Amino acid sequence: MSAANKEIGPPVIELGVMGWLRKNLFSNLHNSLLTIFGLYLLYILIPPLVNWIFLDANFVGSTRDDCTNEGACWIFIQQNIKLIFYGLYPTEELWRINFVYLILFISGVYLLIPNLKHKGWVGAFLLIIFPIICVVMLSGGLGLEAVETRLWGGLFLTLVIAGVGIVLSLPIGVMLALGRRSKLPVVSLLCTIFIEIWRGVPLITVLFMASNMFPLFMPEGVNFDKLIRALIGVMFFSAAYLAEVVRGGLQAMPKGQYEASQAVGLTYWRMMALVILPQSLKMVIPAIIGSFIAIFKDTTLVLVIGLFDFLGIIQFVGTNPDWLGFSHEGYVFAAAVFWVFCYAMSWYSQRLEKKLDTGR
Amino acid sequence: MSSELMIEMKNVHKWFGELHVLNDINLEINKGEKIVICGPSGSGKSTLIRCINRLEEHQRGNIIVEGTELTNDSRSIERIRGEVGMVFQQFNLFPHLSILDNCSLAPIWVRKLPKAEAKEKAMEYLKRVQIDDQAHKYPAQLSGGQQQRAAIARALCMEPRIMLFDEPTSALDPEMIKEVLDVMVGLAQGGMTMIVVTHEMGFAKEVADSIIFMDEGQIVEAKNPKDFFDNPESERTKTFLSQIL
Repeated sequence: MSAANKEIGPPVIELGVMGWLRKNLFSNLHNSLLTIFGLYLLYILIPPLVNWIFLDANFVGSTRDDCTNEGACWIFIQQNIKLIFYGLYPTEELWRINFVYLILFISGVYLLIPNLKHKGWVGAFLLIIFPIICVVMLSGGLGLEAVETRLWGGLFLTLVIAGVGIVLSLPIGVMLALGRRSKLPVVSLLCTIFIEIWRGVPLITVLFMASNMFPLFMPEGVNFDKLIRALIGVMFFSAAYLAEVVRGGLQAMPKGQYEASQAVGLTYWRMMALVILPQSLKMVIPAIIGSFIAIFKDTTLVLVIGLFDFLGIIQFVGTNPDWLGFSHEGYVFAAAVFWVFCYAMSWYSQRLEKKLDTGR
Repeated sequence: MSSELMIEMKNVHKWFGELHVLNDINLEINKGEKIVICGPSGSGKSTLIRCINRLEEHQRGNIIVEGTELTNDSRSIERIRGEVGMVFQQFNLFPHLSILDNCSLAPIWVRKLPKAEAKEKAMEYLKRVQIDDQAHKYPAQLSGGQQQRAAIARALCMEPRIMLFDEPTSALDPEMIKEVLDVMVGLAQGGMTMIVVTHEMGFAKEVADSIIFMDEGQIVEAKNPKDFFDNPESERTKTFLSQIL
């Protein structure tokens, strides 16, 4: 009996490439038609795109006259790359931005390599010392020449706004979520009002308010930097959304986790920091990263208050008389760069979920 | 036995909305005593022990644990929780931490023990409940019986003077009940003061100094095991015993 059973494998029809194809792409008439239609769509879409982006494109040259082919004119991007990446930041000071990128890159790679020691210290460095380095390096001070924020722009400005928004909004969002669930009615009410007001207003309105109305409420002579006002707006806007995401995670926690933490004597803040938040944040990682991605893309709205972010500056260089008519290249390039950053976040979130999975 | 008073409940009342879940509870438990509480579901037995470490708040009367009266003052709550360990029906281990970290978490953060010492002590207790070989696994990788033993070890790591058990075997598959009860018997023999809500009458007969029968929020009967099983006075107790034995 058992000897006979060993001889029976899975049916041959399920095995090999043909088996896979038959099972997944051609299992019945309906599926086969869909498969063929899908392949046809790819056939009519992909080759022209590849031709335009790569095969027929111009990569070398210095003016629009070098763009002779049918395809994309990447010279447009190449010639304006400094503006697109750094805005109007003084050329001789660009090393300061690059230096900050380098530190960020090295620490990031260090944190991504598994099993290295002292990751906690690197993380602490990134959260505490790195921001100070950024402020000094980017805006000047300690002997470095001051660079006004109105000169900041391009991808650099996008990263500053998104980075500050993301990094600061998570802790604020967590505090708001805890506050909204607090047993103290005043705390809970205040947090709820705060969250609902920010969520009820479009980001574009927030930015307008920060840029145009906020100064009206300030005493004469007090003048906040416009970028800082926009940053604060983006930060609270994002925090309000994150608060609701985090609250969802907190509500999904079984009551027993709270009780067990209390029974072993943990105080409220320790219980939250050691038991409840690590689990509930883990549950909502996809939604948190979703919020981050949204805020990253929403930074493009700062254009309306006269800050030239990555997309804004690409549109701006497109209006340069020397380069009129190349907006397609600009938008495709912008889309590609946005996609790289957003996909990187998405990839990291999946990695984090896998790493933190301890079963349930 | 020196009769040092560990827990005193005087005229304790509690309501959930209109429902009178604890109705005039009076109870004195001495050091080293083992009390088993039984009764039909909804009789208030879980609520009673959960009041002792303030997972539930009593609304009238006094609860005094080791000389400290339980009040809204967070210091009194903290002090009492430091002396009282609790084991839950659903184990309630922390799923994101290894078994060892589950056990050493509170000693490190509440007792402020150095990490190495806390882990050493945790291993000691895990050995006592015979799952030291599972120390580096996560709760989800363990069987129910192993998880409950880990939960007992976690409570013991705080070196409590009193242990509360809230139906510790009710969520377990039958073949795992014994391994948990064995640990509890061992603990009882070591002189721990224990209050156990359970329907395991074999366990009650073996270790209890006194068995309390509760119904509708009241203590109906409190006797030593022999009298409890042989001469129950109240009709409600008799009915209950006939149903579960």
